[in-house]
Parts: sequence; structure tokens; C-alpha cells
Amino acid sequence: MYIKINIEKCNGCGSCVNACPFGAILIEDNKARINEACNLCGACIESCPEEAIIDERVKEKKISEEYKGVWIFAEQRDGKIASVAYELLGIGRRLADTLNVELSAVVFGKTDEVEELIKWGADKVYYVSASEYSYLDDKLYSKTLVQLIKTYKPEILLAGATAIGRSFIPRVAASLRAGLTADCTGLEIEKETRNLLQIRPAFGGNIMATVVSPNSRPQIATVRPRVMKRGEYDPKRKGEIINIEPLRPSDKVRILERVEDISFCKVSLQDAKVIVSGGRGVGGPEGFKMLWELANLLGGTVGASRAAVDEGWIPYAYQVGQTGKTVCPKLYIACGISGAVQHLVGMQSSDIIVAINKDPNAPIFNVATYGIVGDLREIIPLLIKKIREGVIE
Amino acid sequence: MKIIVCIKQVPDVTEVRIDPQTNTLIREGVPSIMNPYDYHAIEAALQIKEFLGGKVTAITMGPPQAEEILKEAISMGVDEAVLLTDKRFAGADTWATAYTLSKAAEKLGFDLIICGKQAIDGDTAQVGPEMAEFLDIPHVCYVRKIEKITKEDMIVERLMDDCYEKVWLKLPALITVVKELNTPRPPSIRGRMIAKKAEIPKWGLEEIGAEEDKVGLKGSPTMVKNIFAPPPRGERRILEGTPEEQVTTLLRELRRLGCI
Ligand SMILES: Cc1cc2nc3c(=O)[nH]c(=O)nc-3n(C[C@H](O)[C@H](O)[C@H](O)COP(=O)(O)OP(=O)(O)OC[C@H]3O[C@@H](n4cnc5c(N)ncnc54)[C@H](O)[C@@H]3O)c2cc1C
Ligand SMILES: Cc1cc2nc3c(=O)[nH]c(=O)nc-3n(C[C@H](O)[C@H](O)[C@H](O)COP(=O)(O)OP(=O)(O)OC[C@H]3O[C@@H](n4cnc5c(N)ncnc54)[C@H](O)[C@@H]3O)c2cc1C
Ligand code: SF4
Ligand code: SF4
Repeated sequence: MYIKINIEKCNGCGSCVNACPFGAILIEDNKARINEACNLCGACIESCPEEAIIDERVKEKKISEEYKGVWIFAEQRDGKIASVAYELLGIGRRLADTLNVELSAVVFGKTDEVEELIKWGADKVYYVSASEYSYLDDKLYSKTLVQLIKTYKPEILLAGATAIGRSFIPRVAASLRAGLTADCTGLEIEKETRNLLQIRPAFGGNIMATVVSPNSRPQIATVRPRVMKRGEYDPKRKGEIINIEPLRPSDKVRILERVEDISFCKVSLQDAKVIVSGGRGVGGPEGFKMLWELANLLGGTVGASRAAVDEGWIPYAYQVGQTGKTVCPKLYIACGISGAVQHLVGMQSSDIIVAINKDPNAPIFNVATYGIVGDLREIIPLLIKKIREGVIE
Repeated sequence: MKIIVCIKQVPDVTEVRIDPQTNTLIREGVPSIMNPYDYHAIEAALQIKEFLGGKVTAITMGPPQAEEILKEAISMGVDEAVLLTDKRFAGADTWATAYTLSKAAEKLGFDLIICGKQAIDGDTAQVGPEMAEFLDIPHVCYVRKIEKITKEDMIVERLMDDCYEKVWLKLPALITVVKELNTPRPPSIRGRMIAKKAEIPKWGLEEIGAEEDKVGLKGSPTMVKNIFAPPPRGERRILEGTPEEQVTTLLRELRRLGCI
């Protein structure tokens, strides 16, 4: 196997046993032994104080120098470029400048905002405006993008880790035999190799991993929305727009209808900068009215724990957590939420977490930047009042 | 109707934590379970079979002990199961996993493949759509409702970020499912008996006719370079004083941080 123990060096200390997420290391006769559960993930290597773990995974390099440039996929929904596209331009510009190459954007579907991509940092935009591209057709999108990549050969491709990006980009990677890293929250260039270091949470956010694709090009990553900063906006910036001929859609899939369910569409939890979230402690639908008032004052929206959804106080579309949505707003205010792990996995990457709970031992306080131990029926109205006063001042 | 369900054995991630002192994973006593989404994939397959007739096959790629989840699938009512296991499959990323699974699917034959939305360990949600590309069939991710299904085609609802879409697709096809779709049935007593006795075939590289340089670590374009603990949250404090004072401090801090 590619990960081995150097029995000579191993002193049986056991720190690798705990390092292995797959339970693949056992200590036998005071020596570590790796069994067939090993996933070759490499987590054990740095855990060994004796440097007794041998890593033979690195393969010979055979990448093509032909691949140059950074691309971002700018998705549009209903003709509007999604906000994540501008974030991708921000990080894409940084990567392109480090590598000293061009930054290009790819747009599928008609939009009036193509120029905006240039003002936000793109040098070139590859634009397919045909109406067949208005909504996600996975096969059509992937076929077209594969063809563009084969023609222009970028070394990096970034897309949003959105419903659209996560659905069709894997087809692109499969077809090109390229590495694809999911849901990245950090991207950097490794100076010596020009490789893209792709940092992402895994195991439900409990660990972070750095993933590389050293031997394939392009290196493809989906990037979590609302994590990367936008770049600089320059209304005078010039760039080139290249119109691309559309391909014919297959006759195997058809989007029949977009269901604009109000309760669903209005809740753009994933885009919200502020979320005021309520749990069982909110006590009922009237309590949620109070949360809405606070959320509106802060320019945000409301979220909920599963307990509140199960009670029927608020629809499922608002649920945050393992079986609901994963959110990462700037500010998450958890009101009357105990902090069960299934809830935490959906919100613990928020920038600032405020917890309001009357139980000082509630686990939510373990992840809270600021905690208020108290009755939310007292605290929330006070907050609302103070903010109102502040605005008037 | 031939349906293949792809299921994966995963560590129960709600129990995995990093020790902030040593920067290592604490996995003492972390149990292996079936990926939670995959129960919903099995349930969907069983419901379609009850409606249209046919056969449901569960497959997994993994070490020999992954047989446990195949037995569990049989106890829920799956007709047969295949374990893809071979030392050369180890270390697969999603590309190599999807390639291996699609080779097995080709050998089995199918009208529909059902995957979970994502696995709770790797968390990539890539294996399903990558398989669809290898097999050159259409796919739909995040299916939350199957509105209609016949032997030739189906209409499903897929969950998007800001709405949902009704999609028609022609079979053979692949779907990945979210938990909203259904409530998985518990194993039956009869199912448990069958599972106990079931002989689960094990297929390696040769049995599925895969190319060696496309499976396992060798076939994987991505590699995990290292694993570390998530950055610790900044300051963490419980606010003091009367409710009035607490609220004032909170608002001042949030303003200072530019949150409001
Ligand atoms: C497979 C699975 C998936 C799940 N998925 C999710 C999910 O996606 N999202 C999710 O949220 N949960 C999920 N859960 C449920 C989760 O385990 C918890 O049961 C749930 O999150 C609890 O919600 P809660 O915190 O609102 O309620 P509780 O745990 O009942 O907590 C209520 C809290 O409110 C406080 N409180 C009460 N009154 C007041 C007051 N007047 N002022 C201030 N504080 C007050 C209490 O001290 C308590 O801490 C899942 C569970 C399972 C098994
Ligand atoms: C920390 C860490 C980070 C990783 N990051 C990446 C990455 O960014 N890119 C990458 O390509 N690989 C990555 N990998 C490798 C990846 O986890 C494995 O390839 C894994 O076998 C499949 O990916 P997944 O767990 O994300 O499955 P997902 O794609 O999330 O699984 C979706 C569905 O596919 C089916 N499925 C998945 N695996 C199997 C299987 N073995 N047998 C049967 N059905 C299956 C199930 O129906 C499942 O519900 C990572 C691994 C680790 C440990
Ligand atoms: S490489 Fe990963 S799976 Fe293998 S023994 Fe090391 S930590 Fe465990
Ligand atoms: S950490 Fe190193 S020395 Fe300690 S048991 Fe593991 S291999 Fe041996």
C-alpha cells in the first residue's frame, strides 16, 4: 500500500490511531499496523512524532504546460448574475495575478450584466446567450463547458458551490478526467509547483482538508458562496466579450416548470447576511413575529431549528441544520435554540454567532461569539427597542 | 425495471471531533454507519419497485467490512447486493469512485440509478453526477419528489437554492435524493432473516472489467494533502450585567465588528 509504517522507527505511542478518521490503524505488539480500512487520506502522516509513517502516494508529474489562465463560471438565475460569481472574480483575480495569467468568466444564458463581470475583474468573458441555456440543463451545460475548456485550456476553473455548480461541474470533471474539489472555503497557489491548494471542510464541518490535483489540468473547484471577498469594482475597466455558438440540447431532459413557491423563494437563507433564528424556546408563532421584526430591522431574514419547524410555527424552508439548509451569514442570532449537533452543522461557520438562551449550560454557548443568558421574551424586545432608538439618534 | 442503489459506509461524523491541543481527530468509539441519505435512496427504489415491479440491487465500494450496510439494505427489502472490494480500489477520490461504480452498473444493467445527495464524510455530492457522465445518461440532483415514473421516463422535482424545478427525464437515468423525498422503512423481521443468510458477491477489478490506472489512488486526480482542525472561533464570551446592559454591550460589539 501507499501508506506504510516504518516498524523500525515506530515506538507504539498511538498518536496515529487517533489521527486516522477511518479507524484503520491498530497497535499490535507495541507497533502500529494499518489495515484495509485505510482510505489513503494522509491524515496520520503528520501525527507521528517519530516520522515513522511513510507516504508513497506522490506520483510522478506529468502535467501539460499548455494549460494557462484562471476561469470562473458565472451562473445566472432569471437573467441575473448570481452574487457568488463576483466573489469568484475576487478570488480568481488574486490567483490569476499570483500566476501572472488572464482571468476569464464563462456565462451561460441571457443576461444584461455581462459587462459587470469585466468591471469586477474579468479580462475576457465567454458568453453563450441562447435561450436553451436559461435554466440548468446539466448535459448541455457540461458538454459546452468541456468543449470550451478543450479549446482554450485554462489551468484553473472555479464555480460556485451552489445547486447549479454542484450539479453539473462533476460531469465536466468526469469527462475531462480532472480533479474536482468540493465546497472550498480557501484557495491559494503553492509557489513552487503552481498547484492550487484547495481548502475545504469535510466530515460535516468537523475537520478541514487541503486537497490538491497535482497531475491533472484544469484544477477544478466549487467554492462556497459568501466566503470569498469581492475584488475591486472599476467602471472603466475594459475587456473582451467572446460570443460562443450554442450546442443543441439533448432530447433526454427538459425543465418543465420553475415553481416559484413564495414561502420558498423569499427565503434566501443562503444569501442572507443576517439570520435571526428561533427554536423551541421561542414558544409559538407569535414569538416568531418578534424575530421577524428584529430580522427586518437588521436587514436579514429568519431561520429556525427543526423543533420549531416540527411544531408547525414556521415552514420547513426556513430550517437550518443537517436536514435543512447550511448557512454562513455574517451574523447568526440563535434564540431559544439548545445547540444540538444537527443544528450546529448547519450554522457553525457563520462569522459571528450570538446565542440567547435561558439555560447557561446550553451547548449553543460553546459556539457563540457572544452569549446572553436570559429570557428571550425580555431580551429580544429590548434589542428591538435599542436598535430603533439607535436609528433615531 | 432494474434499479441500482449506491450506498456508502461512513463514520458517524456527528461523533468525529478534532482535539484542539494535539490537532488530531478524536475518533475513539466512532461507529460506522450507512450514509443517512442512502436510506432515502433505498426507500425510493423500493417504492418504485412496488409500483412498477422489477428488481433492486444495492452496491457499495469499500473495504470488506462494508458488507454490513449491504446486509442492512437487504433487511430493508433490497433484492440483491454486490460489494466492490479490491485492494487496488483503496484511496479513490470521487472520480475513481464514480468510475468504479459505473463499471459495476454497466455489468449489472439498469434503468435507473439512485444515489444519496451526498456522503456525510467526504461531503462532496460529486459521485452521482460523475457516474452519470461516465455512463452517458441524464441525471437530476437533489430530487425531493418523484411525481411520475414509467418504464420509459420520469418527472421529478429538484430542490434548487431559491426555488424548485420540475424536470422530465428519459430513462435510463440517475438521480440523487434529499431526505425530504420519503421516510425510510425500518428493516423487517423477514428481511433480517434473509440478510443473515445472504451470500454477498464480491467483485474486484477483473470482475467489473475496470482499467487499473483508473481506480483507487492511482486513478484519482485529487489527493488530500493534509487534515487540520477548523480555525478556532475568535473571542467567546457570555455577556454580564442586567438585561439592559447585556443588550447595550451586544449592540456596541456588533457595531464595532461591522455586523449591523
Ligand atoms: C437525523 C436528525 C436530523 C436532524 N436535523 C436537524 C436540523 O436540520 N436542524 C435542526 O435544528 N435540528 C435537527 N435535528 C434535531 C436536533 O437534534 C434537535 O432536536 C433540535 O435542533 C432542537 O431544537 P431546539 O434547539 O429549538 O429545541 P430544544 O432542544 O428543545 O431547545 C430549546 C432551547 O430553548 C431554551 N429556552 C426555552 N425557553 C426560553 C426562553 N424563554 N428564553 C430563552 N431560551 C429559552 C431552552 O433552554 C433550550 O435550550 C435533527 C435530529 C436528527 C436525529
Ligand atoms: C477529508 C476528505 C476530503 C475529500 N475531498 C475530496 C474532494 O474535494 N474531491 C474528491 O474528488 N474527493 C475527495 N475526497 C475523497 C472522497 O471522499 C471519496 O472519493 C469518496 O469515496 C466519495 O466521495 P464522497 O464521500 O464525497 O461521496 P458523495 O459524492 O458525497 O456521495 C454521494 C452519493 O454517492 C454514492 N457513493 C459515494 N461513495 C460511494 C461508494 N464508495 N460506494 C457506493 N456509493 C457511493 C452514495 O449514494 C452517496 O450518497 C475527500 C476525502 C476526504 C477524507
Ligand atoms: S492514510 Fe488516512 S486512512 Fe490510511 S491509515 Fe493514515 S489516516 Fe488512516
Ligand atoms: S504515531 Fe508513529 S510512532 Fe506512534 S504508533 Fe503511530 S507510527 Fe508508531
